Amino acid sequence: MVELKAPARPRKAASRPLTCCDTTLRQFGLPEGGNAVTVALVGQPNVGKSTVFNLLTGLHQHVGNWPGKTIEQKVGLCQEEGVPLVLVDLPGTYSLTAGSEEERVTRDFIIQQQPDVVVLVADASNLERNLYLLSELVLLPPPIVLALNMVDVAEQNGIAVDAEALSRALGLSVVAMVAAKNVGVRDLLDVVEQIACDQEVYSPARPELRPDHRQVLDTLLQVIEGHVPPPYQPYWVGVKLLEGDREVTELARGWLPAERWEKVHNILFRHEDAILDIAGGRYEWVAAVLEGAQIQHGLGQVTLTERLDRWTTHPIWGLGILGAAAALMFFLVYAVGAPLQGLMEDYLVTAPAAWVTEALQGAPGWVVSLLTDGIIGGAGTMLTFIPILAIFFAALGFFEDTGYMARAAFVMDRFMHLIGLHGRSFLPLFLGFGCNVPAVMGARIVDAPRARLLSILLAPLVPCTARLGVLATLAAAFFGPQAFVVTLTLIVVNLVVLALLGVLLHRVVLRGEQVAFIMELPLYHRPNLQSIGLFVWHHLKAFIVRAATIIVGASLVVWALSNLPTGDIGTSYLAAFGRALEPVGRLAGLNWELMVALLASFVAKENSLAVMGVLFGAGQSGLGLTDLLPTLITPASALGFLAMQMLFIPCVATVAAIKKETGSWAWTLLDLGLLLVVSFAGGIIAYQVGLLLGWG
Amino acid sequence: MSEVGPLSGLAPGQSGTVAGCRAGHGLLGRLASMGFTPGSRVLMVNNYGHGPLLVMVHGARIALGRGEAARILVRRVEDVSHG
Repeated sequence: MVELKAPARPRKAASRPLTCCDTTLRQFGLPEGGNAVTVALVGQPNVGKSTVFNLLTGLHQHVGNWPGKTIEQKVGLCQEEGVPLVLVDLPGTYSLTAGSEEERVTRDFIIQQQPDVVVLVADASNLERNLYLLSELVLLPPPIVLALNMVDVAEQNGIAVDAEALSRALGLSVVAMVAAKNVGVRDLLDVVEQIACDQEVYSPARPELRPDHRQVLDTLLQVIEGHVPPPYQPYWVGVKLLEGDREVTELARGWLPAERWEKVHNILFRHEDAILDIAGGRYEWVAAVLEGAQIQHGLGQVTLTERLDRWTTHPIWGLGILGAAAALMFFLVYAVGAPLQGLMEDYLVTAPAAWVTEALQGAPGWVVSLLTDGIIGGAGTMLTFIPILAIFFAALGFFEDTGYMARAAFVMDRFMHLIGLHGRSFLPLFLGFGCNVPAVMGARIVDAPRARLLSILLAPLVPCTARLGVLATLAAAFFGPQAFVVTLTLIVVNLVVLALLGVLLHRVVLRGEQVAFIMELPLYHRPNLQSIGLFVWHHLKAFIVRAATIIVGASLVVWALSNLPTGDIGTSYLAAFGRALEPVGRLAGLNWELMVALLASFVAKENSLAVMGVLFGAGQSGLGLTDLLPTLITPASALGFLAMQMLFIPCVATVAAIKKETGSWAWTLLDLGLLLVVSFAGGIIAYQVGLLLGWG
Repeated sequence: MSEVGPLSGLAPGQSGTVAGCRAGHGLLGRLASMGFTPGSRVLMVNNYGHGPLLVMVHGARIALGRGEAARILVRRVEDVSHG
């Protein structure tokens, strides 16, 4: 007879050497092979898991990627007293089926790395849903601590949770806490340390299958007995097989001899919908556990979330609110961020360039030019975008942290469907207004592979702050009072092109499965400043690292092309290239200087302004670029240029991100080819429209 | 017993119990873990006749595409408190 429940794991000695994570220890300056306790944080999205992680680790965090995966990996160190705790913030998940990358990463980590303790952070006001994850976690060996977060919000919503009763019912340690107010965190640490050092046998309550499938599981377990290699547990493998888990099924096919696999296959074939029964049993188990431990005294009262959702998810009001939120964000970006960018430019570009010129008076001209135009002008200019990006990411972090972002995805769903995407893709694409790189990387949250690919391919068509900066500057110079209308029109046209290209790719190239839209709308809560701060910091850090590596390299290449062989840009390779392309440019009203400016935007979008400055000799004539340009170029040409630069291939950092995320040069090149065609077509049309308007 | 129909047929404020799901394996697993298991009570929160729907199941607010909602079969439950 096969034992029905997962066998309890004998507790390993506490403070074992953490050999698997020596690199982690080194990152935090701990001696290799030293003692540390690994703690994995799991939980649904928006339950305050990151708040707990940030609280415990502060700035001792390392953010990277899971090896071979496109999921963010956050590891942090907590060294209060005694044994250091290495905390691993696992991605937010609702269950442990291998339906998404997040779920796969989470369960692989728990099974293969066997953390000493798993902390499940749960929203106390929504336990029924949150404990579903627990019903899956208890089937795995590592001991669990249940962190009941946001008990204050639960109280406000009329839900009282008896932590002790819950602990008894589950056979687990339960800690009530309010992470946002730093309440209960100390208790959590104590419990975690105690469990890590405890030799006691861990045997929590576990959900049982309903009787009809229990028999089936029994048979299944007998067939696979002796063929499941550690660290996998036969019971867990059996349950997952019955659930129809694709990954475990593949694994089992490899482990089992052919005739046994045949048996398994036959059993599974007859019970294809067992997942409904298994999941149903888990929800029943959760309900039974909660029965004595949770009292809802304010049943039926309208919560804040319900009241807000009446507006934010309404098809008309919801769109209005989203529009207002986006408008407010862009207002902040340009009203506060743009002046700050001007200041940064003084300190990061103009002043250092002047200082270098001054300091290197005796040096050859090309050295000074390399430093000032190449490095300071390229990477320095890039860095001036920090204030704009900081405000953008702060606003985004705010929307995300309060739970609003899910509502934005909800109201946008119907529009996203038109281009073969669904609401979830709206989030990464919206990120693109700040910078296309995080937009491409953010497409990871889109669950269906086809929809993720489409989101990545479309991301470069979202006008980023740099492109919008060039647009705003040139529109103001050429169109005076009409600048605002021109700017807005170009942005709208840009987004229409995005939609059309989406329809094209969806209907022609990427035909296939219709994507399913299923998303939980988390409860609204008060934003946590530390979480938002760290969100901004991680994005800015990634941006700065890129500026210091890819951008410096690319800036140097462009500098070389624009200075070799004569040292004068007018006779350089870049100019020769621009002249060769001039016949094409002419169609859109672009002379060779503008073609070169467009090409230079490949390094970084704002580069086109700098290159124009050099080519048109701004400064030498005593006129600034914005005063000089209208005397040299017609407004129609400017319109052609603007349309083209907005639709043009993205900057090199974005191209690198597209290659990395799609894992395919074919898709990357196809995307770039499409954008080239679209941008030239757009430029030509815009120029002709400009001529018709009498702007020639 | 009242009739069985697609979840997308419920009006806001109406509720039903899940009677089954007509979905392929991948979607079935996702719907099940999101709480759409047979016998679960679902309350329709938002249904404007087009676009995504918002329902409440096992205490969670779940947004669903109309196509997905049409695959979930529910048995209408008359509201006990008002009936």
